Amino acid sequence: MKNFLIGVLALFSITSVSAQELDLLKGIDSTPQKEYVTNAFKSSRVINGHSMEMIGAGVLDFRILHRFGEVNQGIYDMFGLDQASMRMGFDYGISKHLTAGIGRSTFKKEFDGFIKYRLMQQSKGKGSFPLSIVLVAGATLNTLKSPDSFKIEFKSRAAYYYQAIIGRKFNSRLTLQVTPTFLHRNFVATGDENEIYSLGMGGRFKISKRIAFVCDYFLNLNGFPKDVFENPLSVGIDIETGGHVFQLHFSNTAGMNERAFITETTGKWGEGEVRFGFNLSRVFTVKKRA
Amino acid sequence: MKKIVISLVVSLIVLTSFSQERYFTRSGKISFYSSTPLENIEAINKNAVSVFDKSTGQIEVSTLMKGFEFEKALMQEHFNENYIESDKYPKAVFKGKINDLSTIDFTKSGKYNTTVSGKLSLHGETRDVTAPITFSVNQGNISATAEFKVLPPDFKISIPDLVREKIAKEIKINVAAGYELMKN
Repeated sequence: MKNFLIGVLALFSITSVSAQELDLLKGIDSTPQKEYVTNAFKSSRVINGHSMEMIGAGVLDFRILHRFGEVNQGIYDMFGLDQASMRMGFDYGISKHLTAGIGRSTFKKEFDGFIKYRLMQQSKGKGSFPLSIVLVAGATLNTLKSPDSFKIEFKSRAAYYYQAIIGRKFNSRLTLQVTPTFLHRNFVATGDENEIYSLGMGGRFKISKRIAFVCDYFLNLNGFPKDVFENPLSVGIDIETGGHVFQLHFSNTAGMNERAFITETTGKWGEGEVRFGFNLSRVFTVKKRA
Repeated sequence: MKKIVISLVVSLIVLTSFSQERYFTRSGKISFYSSTPLENIEAINKNAVSVFDKSTGQIEVSTLMKGFEFEKALMQEHFNENYIESDKYPKAVFKGKINDLSTIDFTKSGKYNTTVSGKLSLHGETRDVTAPITFSVNQGNISATAEFKVLPPDFKISIPDLVREKIAKEIKINVAAGYELMKN
């Protein structure tokens, strides 16, 4: 009995002393928390399509997009650089989970606008969810002059699209997402379809802290004559420098809004009908955090 | 037998009083500040965990790097992604000891200035740090504030040339903790 008590005593004092010397924080500093996964992409677009990444609340993202001519035109056209098409746009982060944006492209003098809402954000830890789900609804409106012979009605100029972006940041380097897309054009050429179903696929692979490889593809499931139109495939790199993100890429599409790049891509990668382009994103913090 | 029971009781009392020497907080505030003519960068973390042992003068602070909040969302992103790499190195931990514990009378209200020395680990690097620390005792409540400076290169935090002018050579760090008695 005596020995037992002494033993217990000794044990007590040893544990208390050693615990103190080893780690004061032990037991206190081990609360597992739910943690949201951030920075899945550098930018709110993979290249053309929306990415699962949102811009911060109160942040204005000024985006200038350029697409040059096809590179197979040779040195006379400086491999396409003599021609340029652009889109200028503003995206604003209304909240952490809600972004709205507008833009205008020179191609077809087309306006576009969208609302993007993050339904679920990928998280880890306790009660986590493995994916991010982001919903996008947008519309486009071309404002080209009507030809002399007939007038194009307002409603015929519009198109709408709805997307659900389902993505996951697998680790600090690799992010992949799929984007089921439904697109409706009010007016199409004979033989084409008004409603297009398309499956977007996008990914990024970080090469270094500030440089990432990105790839963006839309697989069109129906619609438009296949001998004329192609699925848009773009590959590029994202370079981040302070408040700017430069996205440099090659793509077979000149379109810079969903209607244009999903339904009006004509370039064939195999024939060098590929364009150089860049997206320049500059963010401004309009509303600072309280 | 009696003796043993007594000694057991005594040692239990000792043990209990021992544990009463420890104070802790889960809501310690850590802020840092970088000031340059081009840009000021400030961030605060209000969920630092700290334990302080009154009898030995040991003090430890731990914080999650992702808990730092910046004025601008982009700064926070860059902090986590490019500089601190918080996925790889999620925590900063300080383990140290008060240098002049005898000058502090925890039973008497007042302010006590002393220094603390220890090891600060962040971004996978550990460095010795000595900082002035002020203890405030107010009717048995203990709080502490400390201020020190760190150099990003000491912790192998690389800053690209392009933004070098925007980030101070020395980053000022403030720590404030209001302690509660730890109950076992």
